[in-house]
Amino acid sequence: MELLWLIPALPLAGFVILALAGARMPRPLAASIGAGSVGLSALIAVVTAAAFFPDQRAHTQNLWKWIDAGGFSSDISLTLDALSVVMVLVITFVGFMIHLYATESMSGEKDGYSRFFAYMNLFVGSMLLLVLADNLLLLYLGWEGVGLCSYLLISFWYSDPANSRAAMKAFIVTRVGDAAMAVGLFILYKEFGTLRITEVMNMAAAQWSSGSTIAVAAAALLLGGAVGKSAQVPLHTWLPDAMAGPTPVSALIHAATMVTAGVYLIARMHILFTLAPQVRIAVAVVGATTLLLAGISALAQSDIKRALAYSTMSQIGYMFVALGVGAWTAAIFHFMVHAFFKALLFLSAGIVIDALHHERDMLRMGGLRHQLPLAFWCFLIGAASLSALPLISAGFYSKDLILWESLASANGSAWLWAAGMAGALCTSAYAFRMVFLIFYGKAQSEASYRIAVHSGLRTKAPLIILALLALLAGFLQTPESLGGISFFSAFISTALPSTPTIGTAMSEGTMQYLSGFLSLLGIFLAYIFFLYNPDYIRNFIRKPFGFALHCFLSSGWNVDRLYDILFVRPFIYAAQTNCRDIINLFFLLVALLHKGANRVLCASQSGLVRKYAFGIAAGAALILGVVALK
Amino acid sequence: MTNIPAEYGLVLAALLFATGLVGVLARRNIIFILLSIEIMLNAAGLAFISAGSRWGQADGQVMFIFILVMAAAEVSVGLAIVLQLFHRLKTVNSDEANTMRG
Repeated sequence: MELLWLIPALPLAGFVILALAGARMPRPLAASIGAGSVGLSALIAVVTAAAFFPDQRAHTQNLWKWIDAGGFSSDISLTLDALSVVMVLVITFVGFMIHLYATESMSGEKDGYSRFFAYMNLFVGSMLLLVLADNLLLLYLGWEGVGLCSYLLISFWYSDPANSRAAMKAFIVTRVGDAAMAVGLFILYKEFGTLRITEVMNMAAAQWSSGSTIAVAAAALLLGGAVGKSAQVPLHTWLPDAMAGPTPVSALIHAATMVTAGVYLIARMHILFTLAPQVRIAVAVVGATTLLLAGISALAQSDIKRALAYSTMSQIGYMFVALGVGAWTAAIFHFMVHAFFKALLFLSAGIVIDALHHERDMLRMGGLRHQLPLAFWCFLIGAASLSALPLISAGFYSKDLILWESLASANGSAWLWAAGMAGALCTSAYAFRMVFLIFYGKAQSEASYRIAVHSGLRTKAPLIILALLALLAGFLQTPESLGGISFFSAFISTALPSTPTIGTAMSEGTMQYLSGFLSLLGIFLAYIFFLYNPDYIRNFIRKPFGFALHCFLSSGWNVDRLYDILFVRPFIYAAQTNCRDIINLFFLLVALLHKGANRVLCASQSGLVRKYAFGIAAGAALILGVVALK
Repeated sequence: MTNIPAEYGLVLAALLFATGLVGVLARRNIIFILLSIEIMLNAAGLAFISAGSRWGQADGQVMFIFILVMAAAEVSVGLAIVLQLFHRLKTVNSDEANTMRG
């Protein structure tokens, strides 16, 4: 327990060392510092979790006083409870797997090897600070640190302007949410005079009535922050573009850090959200909208990483639905399982991309399952888990929990459930569309023949471990009808309340049959349209309507263009107009005045001695005249 | 020896000063400008002498000696400048020496 501070401190120390001396280090040393610091942190997290496990009491470690000025004080202090234990374990462990993988996959980079690991360490360190923070200010520090690192890593290959633009987009779009969140924190501080999370929650529960305006305002502003960071509608546009970074970065953003911060924030502040039912409903609606929008968009993507990005948005949408109906446990459970299979998917996609010399277009792949057996099996397991293949995949147990709670919970509704079910169909369809396009069928371009495989142990080990987890993590929590293991919910119940369920027309078992059937149906549809008879889709896209639909979906419902017209262009127009504005005219006038005065004085300096003499004489005459006439 | 009224001396000094001033302002030739300045200096000197004799004081003559010494120094510097000017610009026209125009 006393080692708690080391968990975020080690990656941060790794960042400092690599940032200061990384450029002069030999690569193996930089790699071992980069991956080793996160690995050690994971080890300490396991030790700490083991120490936490027996009595399961929240433990706070006060490190030092951060700010103490004018009545405002804030500590650097860390808290460990069941929620942060889960988060810390997932972040450090999955983070370590990704670092390990990156030590090998990034070795082809000409420069920036140690820079990469410095940023990655800062990323993990900031995220750990975020989930361990005892007060909201420290949480916000980690929150902004995560945003900064996403900017730095998305533009890792900064020589291409498109990458820098994607990074700026990610930074600016999430900033919209962050600003809302900052205002939310101001409200909480003004009302309660403290930012310690436990105190804020206790005082909010004691002083604010359910549905009061101030509670709704505070919760809505925090939701704004969560929506921005977690790439939910309407602030979701940055995530597909964020794929400009290297693949391990995408894996880290999607699995362990960054996008799950919003889920964590809402789960952490769950008392506040319970006090604001309207906002809670908004959370669920945002989640349901996102999971449908992103799930359908993912069906039309040709870039392998963009498809995975939309899949992440969709899965985070499921977590938001769970948060919205008050199924806190289900959301965190799905977060954990999602971290495993999404990291697995990204890392095996990384192998495919590397093997095909940075080819990312799935339509130009095909038939790779014999050449890349490891990537194939890992991707298949990840896709199975993503599409919630019944019984054998972890994704089934976590997603099933969300679907069941969205219907059966006291706050649930049939609409949310229906959206979730439709999303489940989309999910398995797009997941196996990717599998079929990449690994089955005929090779679609010569890229598939020029395969360069050089995966060593540091690539293979993380994939195999993550694959096992993506299959087996589900058995921590199984439904009543399938053994009824409630290890996970029992563990997390010390930090998050469980949700009361009400009777429904459908039993949980029936619903499992239904969702299992939808999952298999999605796979079957993917098989029909993308492997058995791919010409049908190709012909459909050639028609005008089909082409328009394809463009609409593959651009993510044209939201980017909408925002471009609604926000970007008016802003640029306003900025351009503003540089000729009235305030500027005033300063131009000052400049003009000086220019005129300068011209007059220049004219007086004629260089003619006689004129100077005349000036002197006239001046003398004037003074004499004044004296004489006085 | 009849006394010359002081007013005569002062009027003459004023006339000489005006002549010199007009010469400074009107002539272009820098040597004439220098001469005109000398005339103005002597006009000032004459005014001192006249005033000194009017009040029976030696101060006017002392001042005239000062002016004489100063004029000698001024002429030597002035002529050096004139020589430099001619050396550089090959002219004694002061209007053509306007390279310092702003």
